[in-house]
Amino acid sequence: MRRRQLLAAGGCACALAWAGPVAGAPGARVVVVGGGFGGASAALTLKRLDPALRVTLVEAGASHMTCPFSNAAIAGMMDPERLVRRFDGLRHAGIKVIRGAVVAIEADQRRLRLAQGECLDYDRLILSPGIDFRWGSPEGYDPAAAEIMPHAWRAGAQTLLLRSRLRAMADGGLVVMVVPGSPYRCPPGPYERASLFAWYLSRAKPRSKILILDAKDSFSKQALFLEGWKALYGDMIEWVPAGKNGRVVAVNAKAGTVETDFETYSAALVNVIPAQTAGRIALAAGLADNTGFCPVDPITFESRLCPGIHVIGDAALAGEMPKSASSANAQGKMAATAVTASLRGRTVEPALGLNVCYSLLAPHYAISVTGVYEVRDGERANVPGAGGVSPLGASPDFRRAEADYARGWYANICADSWG
Amino acid sequence: MRGMVLALMAVVVPATGAAEPLSVAASACTICHGPGGHSAGGVPSLAGRPPEDLLRALAGFRDGSRPATIMDRIVRGYDDAQLAAIVAEYSHVQRRGAKP
Repeated sequence: MRRRQLLAAGGCACALAWAGPVAGAPGARVVVVGGGFGGASAALTLKRLDPALRVTLVEAGASHMTCPFSNAAIAGMMDPERLVRRFDGLRHAGIKVIRGAVVAIEADQRRLRLAQGECLDYDRLILSPGIDFRWGSPEGYDPAAAEIMPHAWRAGAQTLLLRSRLRAMADGGLVVMVVPGSPYRCPPGPYERASLFAWYLSRAKPRSKILILDAKDSFSKQALFLEGWKALYGDMIEWVPAGKNGRVVAVNAKAGTVETDFETYSAALVNVIPAQTAGRIALAAGLADNTGFCPVDPITFESRLCPGIHVIGDAALAGEMPKSASSANAQGKMAATAVTASLRGRTVEPALGLNVCYSLLAPHYAISVTGVYEVRDGERANVPGAGGVSPLGASPDFRRAEADYARGWYANICADSWG
Repeated sequence: MRGMVLALMAVVVPATGAAEPLSVAASACTICHGPGGHSAGGVPSLAGRPPEDLLRALAGFRDGSRPATIMDRIVRGYDDAQLAAIVAEYSHVQRRGAKP
């Protein structure tokens, strides 16, 4: 029904042209788009499962800066250079890494078009395009405004910009964070960022204040964040939920103001996290539904709108699996396994998916959320009784141990994803 | 005791040293425990650990007798057969620095 509607709207011309899997698996060409946690993990898994596959990874950047731990870099806890992942490990594994932006997917021809005019043929395609922004949500927020009110929600130049803006701020200033409604990349990320803003400000500019204007009435790990903020930073951070007029309707970058339905705030620094969609190429290829994200099969991560194309990571609608680095890594492995099997004319059994997500509130204070996701009624759903968040009221040693594990997780998931 | 563990390892590590790729289910662990179960630090390695040691630890996480931060929450998502299959895979991965 959904496909029919989209076809009627001219959204997905590729759906009917897909001819099914190709015969002769050895040497089949699999293209992966996106060099983040999802794409890198998919490419490495493909090569590991079938060394004869010709695996190409297309990525717009020369390297990838991770969003995990970027809040720590923004707050000056670590050098941003340490967030940069290069692709030598992928190349060493026999993956061809091409630098380029994909501008079109010609699914009926099984061909990608790159910005430089080159074409790339494939037998199977895995897209891990990450997110894009809904410019204009909030009103007045566009790419030019993002140079004044950074989002830093895709790591890179924006991360460095927000870091330098925080450092340049005078003591006693107001920092306003604008947080969107769900779904968006990294559900607890805005609140980790607020925490680490406070860690920096409480030392360098202790008269400052942080105001979180939220389009939601509750958030991930909420009780744990509120407990930690109070213990670590007193009343430096104030959270305003949607129900108390926290939803921001407009920003004015030049004036440095942020508007809700009832109030206009003037701030020394504004961090706007805008509403999001799947990466632009997924939208252009007709892979997204009216949520802006891509419905997929929960076992193979094959698009429900365009057969033959798999979508993983933050761009995908994966049921209860959150948009996180851990989920993207897991989905990369699942999609790669499904692609390898289907090229051999086989199917795959559903495997459990795991999410582990740490948030730092200070260098030695972290909290976590975890979930184990099975396939239930055609969707990824948390195994009842499994997962959940860190305990409230835990000891400083417990929070310190989780901070150490957070750093261990980062080192290991990076090694696991990029080799 | 240490000698016993090493002797057991000699049995479970295949002579070729050529490891099968981990299954999707087992590879879930590697985001924290490192690729192939070889941790870069901060979290224990799983590679080459005897299955009975790992199963004992997992049982302790499940019944609360072993202190945990996150493993108690994760282990509740898996049944005994799933855990046994996963630890068996890690027991066949050769430990780094270990002689075949």
